Amino acid sequence: MDLVRSLDIEGHLHDCQTCAQAYNELRSLHFAVSGTALRFEPTTALRNRLRSAVRDESEVPNQALRIPWRWMIPAVSFAVLVIVAWSVFALIGRPSTSDLMAQEIVSSHVRSLMEKHLTDVPSSDQHTVKPWFDGRLDFSPPVRDLASAGFTVVGGRLDYIGNRTVAALVYQHRQHYINVFVWPSTGASDASGSALVRQGYNLIHWTNSGMNYWAISDLNLAELQQFVQLFTR
Amino acid sequence: MQEEGETAQFEAIALPLVGAAYNLARWLVRDDHDAEDVVQEAYMRAFRFFAGYRGGDSRSWLLTIVRNTCYTWLQQNRSRELSEPIDDRLDEVGISTKNPETILLQTMDAQLVRQALEELPIEFREVLIMRELEDLSYRQISTIADLPIGTVMSRLARGRKRLREVLASRMSKRRLAS
Repeated sequence: MDLVRSLDIEGHLHDCQTCAQAYNELRSLHFAVSGTALRFEPTTALRNRLRSAVRDESEVPNQALRIPWRWMIPAVSFAVLVIVAWSVFALIGRPSTSDLMAQEIVSSHVRSLMEKHLTDVPSSDQHTVKPWFDGRLDFSPPVRDLASAGFTVVGGRLDYIGNRTVAALVYQHRQHYINVFVWPSTGASDASGSALVRQGYNLIHWTNSGMNYWAISDLNLAELQQFVQLFTR
Repeated sequence: MQEEGETAQFEAIALPLVGAAYNLARWLVRDDHDAEDVVQEAYMRAFRFFAGYRGGDSRSWLLTIVRNTCYTWLQQNRSRELSEPIDDRLDEVGISTKNPETILLQTMDAQLVRQALEELPIEFREVLIMRELEDLSYRQISTIADLPIGTVMSRLARGRKRLREVLASRMSKRRLAS
């Protein structure tokens, strides 16, 4: 506020009773508020606390900012290592296609042995079973008569494995059932039987003339291998 | 990264202002212990932002940070106190001239004034503290509280009026009681 304005106001206060009183009230309030000991004073403890906190803080940023850069290369290397290791383990640990397939075969086999699931076309005659698949599949599975060797045809069934409809041929040897799952292979060359054991069942997988075969049974491996030999002959 | 010299420089500027910082914080959060924590937090923030301080009014700079820290703290711990913003459009600057109680303010004891001031809404309390106790200019208050100067002035006037009214009713009650 400049001097002229101040003088104007002072003059006005002198003349005008109302403003003078208001001004005096303001003055008195100002006095009442600031004149009395209204300020809160900080303790010495707080002053010391602030001083040491600032000192501590001045150390911290140095490390906080430097360390990340110094450790960045090892840290990144470690992170990359962890990711690579994890990926490798994930790949190794993942069940292979063949494992997944074997698991499906076992499931189908177990299910087929449950009450009234074994065959869609119960017949011991290969000439009944084979034509039954016509019109139900886009391929014709070979049905062999192996009764002379003790493996009798029980029938045929449609099943679903590896995301497609497949033929299931059912044979019986003594009290043991053998499921042979058949479906066309996509471009795989002929491969002789490879045996697996899953959940106590023997499985033999082979490829022949553009067809995938999986034979599964609770029969012992030697007899199942004999069956496969006869079947593929 | 803080240089050794920068720390010393910060201490030279900020530590002498502890009085003003603590007084403002204490009036805003209304508790000794909490005010100390808030002041420490504010000093840590100020220290971190010190690189951004380019000289000038160090008191306004520091008190702005203190005030912001107080508001953040209140928001987190006592949001109820901030829940009812006052209406600055109301311009009731008129001063009651007929109240004979006002004359007694001069003889009023500090305890009573302190109590009345503490009970004022924070918007009035803070401008009164900054003006009357810290003797800051309108412009400084406007910077610290991030308010237009006009609002600072109207809040000061309304704050004074409210304080006066509260004190007057306290005084008459007290007189009736004795």
